[in-house]
Formats: sequence, C-alpha cells, structure tokens
Amino acid sequence: MASEFLVRIHDLHKRYGHEEVLKGVSLNVRPGETKAIIGPSGTGKSTMLRCINRLTDPDQGQIWLESTEVTAHGVDLNKIRQQIGFVFQDFNLFQHLTALDNVRLGLMKVKNMPKDRATELALYELKRVGLEHKANAYPNQLSGGQQQRVSIARALAMEPKLMLFDEPTSALDPELIGEVLKVMKTLADEGMTMLIVTHELGFARSVCDEIIFMEKGFIVEQGSPEQLFNNPKQPRTREFLSKLSELYGESPA
Amino acid sequence: MSWETLCQNFAEDSFWRLACDSVPKISQGTLLTIEITFAAIAIGFVFGLLLALGRVYGNRPIYALCSGYVHFVRGTPLLVQLLIIYYGLPSFEIRLDPVLAGIIGLGINSAAYQAEYFRGAIQSIRAGQMQAALAIGMSRPQAIRSIILPQALRLVIPPWSNELIYTLKYSSAVSFLAVDELYWTGHHIAVKTYRYFDVYLIIAFIYLALVLILTKIIDKIEDRLRIPGLEIKH
Amino acid sequence: MVIAQETAGWQELLSEQLKLVGESLPTLLSGTAITVELTICLLLLGFTLAVPVALGQIYGPAPLRWLMGAYERFFRAIPILVLLVFFVFGLKVNLPAFLSAALVFGVHSSAYQSQIFRGAIQSISLGQISAARAIGLTRLQAIRYIVLPQAFRLAIPAWSNEYSSVLKDTSFAFTVGLVELNQRAVQIANYPTHHDKVFALFFTVAIIYLILTTLGTRLLEMIERRFRIPGLTVHTGAAHSHG
Repeated sequence: MASEFLVRIHDLHKRYGHEEVLKGVSLNVRPGETKAIIGPSGTGKSTMLRCINRLTDPDQGQIWLESTEVTAHGVDLNKIRQQIGFVFQDFNLFQHLTALDNVRLGLMKVKNMPKDRATELALYELKRVGLEHKANAYPNQLSGGQQQRVSIARALAMEPKLMLFDEPTSALDPELIGEVLKVMKTLADEGMTMLIVTHELGFARSVCDEIIFMEKGFIVEQGSPEQLFNNPKQPRTREFLSKLSELYGESPA
Repeated sequence: MSWETLCQNFAEDSFWRLACDSVPKISQGTLLTIEITFAAIAIGFVFGLLLALGRVYGNRPIYALCSGYVHFVRGTPLLVQLLIIYYGLPSFEIRLDPVLAGIIGLGINSAAYQAEYFRGAIQSIRAGQMQAALAIGMSRPQAIRSIILPQALRLVIPPWSNELIYTLKYSSAVSFLAVDELYWTGHHIAVKTYRYFDVYLIIAFIYLALVLILTKIIDKIEDRLRIPGLEIKH
Repeated sequence: MVIAQETAGWQELLSEQLKLVGESLPTLLSGTAITVELTICLLLLGFTLAVPVALGQIYGPAPLRWLMGAYERFFRAIPILVLLVFFVFGLKVNLPAFLSAALVFGVHSSAYQSQIFRGAIQSISLGQISAARAIGLTRLQAIRYIVLPQAFRLAIPAWSNEYSSVLKDTSFAFTVGLVELNQRAVQIANYPTHHDKVFALFFTVAIIYLILTTLGTRLLEMIERRFRIPGLTVHTGAAHSHG
C-alpha cells in the first residue's frame, strides 16, 4: 500500500550511556516538503537525522522510507542510504579525492556506473551547485562554502528521494553561508524533499513548509513558519526564539 | 642448601630444571644487559643533548658537524658501528675492552637518536618563551638552561621512552663482541645443552619482562613530572 | 724526524687499508645486492601482514583486536637477534638462509608497520567513513576507497623510517647463516693477515649502508611528493628508526 508520506518516524528513542537524547520522537514528511528542525544544541536534532539513514542506530521506534522499514532487522542499509542524501556540518569531503571524484565515487562504486557516464553526471551535479570549474580541485583548495556545495552535489548525484542536512552552514564563515543556502533554496523550489537541522531562522522561515522545534529529546512544537515564529504556543519556543534573536540580532518574524 | 641441590627437585631434562640451573648465569647476563643499557643511555643522553643544542642553536660549522654525525649514525647499522670501534680502532692502536667498546658503541648510537627527540622537543617550545626570558634579562645560555630545557625535557619523555626500549633490545648486538650479556649467555647455554627452544624462549620472555617493567617505570616518571597544560599537541 | 716517521707510518697504514678495501669491493657489492634483495622481500612480506593486522586492530571484534594487539606488542618487545635464532635453532625450521631471514624479518617488521598504518588510519576523521556510508558504500568499500588511500599517503614518512630501520637490521641476518654485506666484511676481517687493518673496510661498509638508507629515504620522499594531496599531510615529532 502506498503511503502518502515519504518518511514516517514513530516513537524514536536513543540513549548514549545515561543520557537519553531522543525520548520518543514522531514525525511524518510528505514528498516535496521541506522541514526545518530548530532548537538548542545537544537536544537530539542531529541524532534524529542520523537515525533516518541509520548512521546512528535508534534504541527503539520505527522509521519508514516509503514502504520500507529502515529500522527493520536485515534491511539492506546500503540500498536505503543510496536513496537518502546526507549533508554533514563539517562537509566530510573525501580528502584524497578531487571534487569530481568525490561526486563520481558513489556512482561508480555503489551504482556501478561506467566511468564516462558517471563523469558526465557528476559534472552536471557540480554545475547545479555552480562549481563545474572546480571539478579538479581537492577539498583543501576550496573554501568552506564551496566544499559544502560539493558535498551537496555528491549527495544529489545518487538521485536521492530525500535530502538530510545536518547544520549545513554552522561550520562556515558568515560570508560563505549565503551561497550554500541559495543552493538549498533552489533544491526546495525544484521539489526536493528535505529535512534541515539549522540555526538559520531567516532561511527556515522563507524556504520551509514547516518548522519543528525540538528540545531535550522531544518535539516541543511544530507548525507553519508564520504560526511558529509569530505565534508560538509553547513558552519554551518563545524563550528560545527571543534568545536567538538577541544573540544574532536577527528577528525571523 | 645450595642452588644446585634446590634445582635437583625438578626432574632431569625438564624445562624447569633447565630454567633453574640457568638462573645464576642468566641473572648475571641480565644484570650486564641492564648495566650496558643504562650506561649507553647515560652517554647517549649527555651527548645527544649537546648534539641537539648544536643543531638548534649552533652556528653553521657546529650545526653541520652535529647534523653530519646524526645522519651518519642513523644511516648505518649499530653492528657496523660496533665493528668499527672494536675491530677498526686497533688500526690506530686503540684497543678497547669488549664491554667498554659495546657501551661506547651503543652510547654514541643512542646519542644520535636521542638528539633527534631532544631537537624535536626544543623546537616545539614556542619562540615567545625564549623572548620572554631574554626580556627579563637572562642570557641565551641561561634561557636555554632555565626555561627551554626544563620544558623540552618533560615533553620529550613519551617519544624518548621508545629510545630506552630500543637501546635495551639492541644491546643484544654487543654479543657480537663476545660480551656475556643476556643474549650471549643464553646462546652459550643453548649450545651447551642443545636446548635451543627452551633457552631462547626464556631469553625472549626476560626481554619481554624487561621491556614491560621499563615501560611502567617511564609511565610513573612521566606522571610525576607532568605539568598541566604542557603537553605535545597532536 | 720523529714526526716525519709518524707521517710515513700513517700513509703506509692508509694505503694498506685502502688496498684491502679495493680488493674487497666486488665481494662487498655482491653482499650489498643480497642486503637490498632481503630488505625488499621483508618489507613486502611485512606490508602484506601489517595491513590486515592494523585493520583487525581497529575494525575487528574485541577478541581479534586483542590478538592483533598482542601480536604487535610481542614482536616489538623482543630483539630481532633472539627472534632469528629462535626461529632457526629453537623451532628448528630448516629453510634456505635467505628465506628464513626474510620470514623472520618480515614478521618482525609487520609489527612495526602495523603500528604505522594503525596510527595513520586512526588519524583519519570518522566523518570520512560516515560520509562514505551515507552515499551507500559498504564498510569494506569505505575502508578500501576512502580510508586506505588516505592512510597509505599519511604513512609514507613513518614508513620511510621503517625502511631505514629494517635495512640496518638485516646486518643481523648472519645469525641464520646469510652472508650479506656486513657479514662479507666480517669474513674478510677474520683473515689473520687482515687483523688491525680493517678500519677502512668497515668504514666503507658503513658508507654503503648510508648510501642505501639515504637513497631509499629520498626515493620515498619523491613518492610522497608525487602522491601528495593538498591539505592531506601529517605532522609528527621525530619519527624513529633504529638498528
């Protein structure tokens, strides 16, 4: 039976030692939706994201990608991960490979694509993020913003159904954040399904369909940007938003 | 009751009988190995420190001399160095007792390696330390002695401790000069008793034990001398 | 007058010694070939063993990790001389001398090489593996295509020290009956008529070793530069090589 949701997360739990970082999180994402997850550091946002492609194994709860249960035993993780793009906070570009090879590797080794076809596709993806002219540069010859755009191209090349962004701009100098957000906005406009952990409230407000506020392992509140930013129901949400605007002098409202 | 009668409690030809019978000789050999090792390390420490200072602070000729020495010694086998000293020096009417030749050979060998550790540690001390010392009116030698070296010598302990272990193991090469240290003592017993397997096993485990004990001692020293915040960053 | 005599003595001594070096050179050079062959064989064997040992120590299950750790520590703690005689006389393994030497030196070197590779592998950030897994590579593929290519590059400087170290260690191969470079010189020095005339001979041997260590180290430096990737380098303290 086809579900109306691309991703369903049900009652997700995860603990590290004595600390329970996820205390029962449930969340659904429809195809084409872009959702932002906001909240203080260390409240399980990244852990939840990493559970979706099982870079982290949850202790309890289920996750489905369409009709496949990601959390089931014996599931082919590599198959699932091919369908889910993941963008890391610190890029994690393969240090010994050029931008082109970073994008091409998965196509050749995971999808067993012939080299010329993989090259063609990789160059196309690099062009999409505006970096085809940097195809032969190594990661350390690129700025942080460029590295993150390559890592987005690397994820896109696998033609994922879903893109997960784990604080994609947190490690960037302020002047480099814009170029990455621009690429992400284009993706959202093209109808990519995206889950984004971010502190960029302005971006979340203008691009995302829904904002999810997480704290202490729970989803405290979720809703449309207008509702959550202008009219938060929970006092904790209000507190967090006002603290952030104090810190960054930026009011998302 | 003598040691020999004690050993007769073990069955003839058993491993423990052999081990027991060998205790007096092997303990002498072990002692000599320890003595040679520590003497060589002491020579290497003093000489190595001078070489390191020469390479860091020396003028061009001193730098070239110290560097040449370090490269030559590190680029050639210890055994060849021992042969030059023991069999080569008599060409100039210099004849050394085997133990002395061994200690000197092992010592000047170790000096080159120790020098590299010292140099690395000295160069890892921030330039500001020297400038601050000069700024309060110290002379350069004073600054090196009272500011740089106390820090560098603490930093050098972890890598330098490898050198102790190497010197201990490579002291076995002195056996080539027929010095009855641990390895050569074992070799004698093995040849005499034809019990090669048993004897070499005992010798191997003594080296293993010495290495483990030495490692523990170094860890203790390192703990005692540690200064918060003064560590080599990786 | 006395000084002139002394000088004459020195000159005579020098020419006598150099004559011996000249006569011995062909023998020394054929010994050098054996030394080089042994070094290459033992390094290859050591490399082949070291990579699985290092991987087992990092990625293996707990018992394997322990076993590989014990392997490494054991072979690093025992002098190579003892290992050589234990293999040939203790275990009574009857192989051609070259093969015995290559086996024992190879296993000994594998313990050191595995430590080098382990350090290099562990210096690669875990994010590299996460990123590889995230695009669907298997664990083995991630190690093969992402971890090892980086680790091998990072390991070259330390591995170059290991080359120099084992080359020098091969001078102990006489204990298993191999007559390599140094042992050739020892045999020449043992002629009764050569006593007290062998300083230059052994000095020449030292220079040959020095040339070999220097050339090999330079070659590895070139290889390291050839494969160097911007930003992917390792900074360590003085690495060790002994022997």
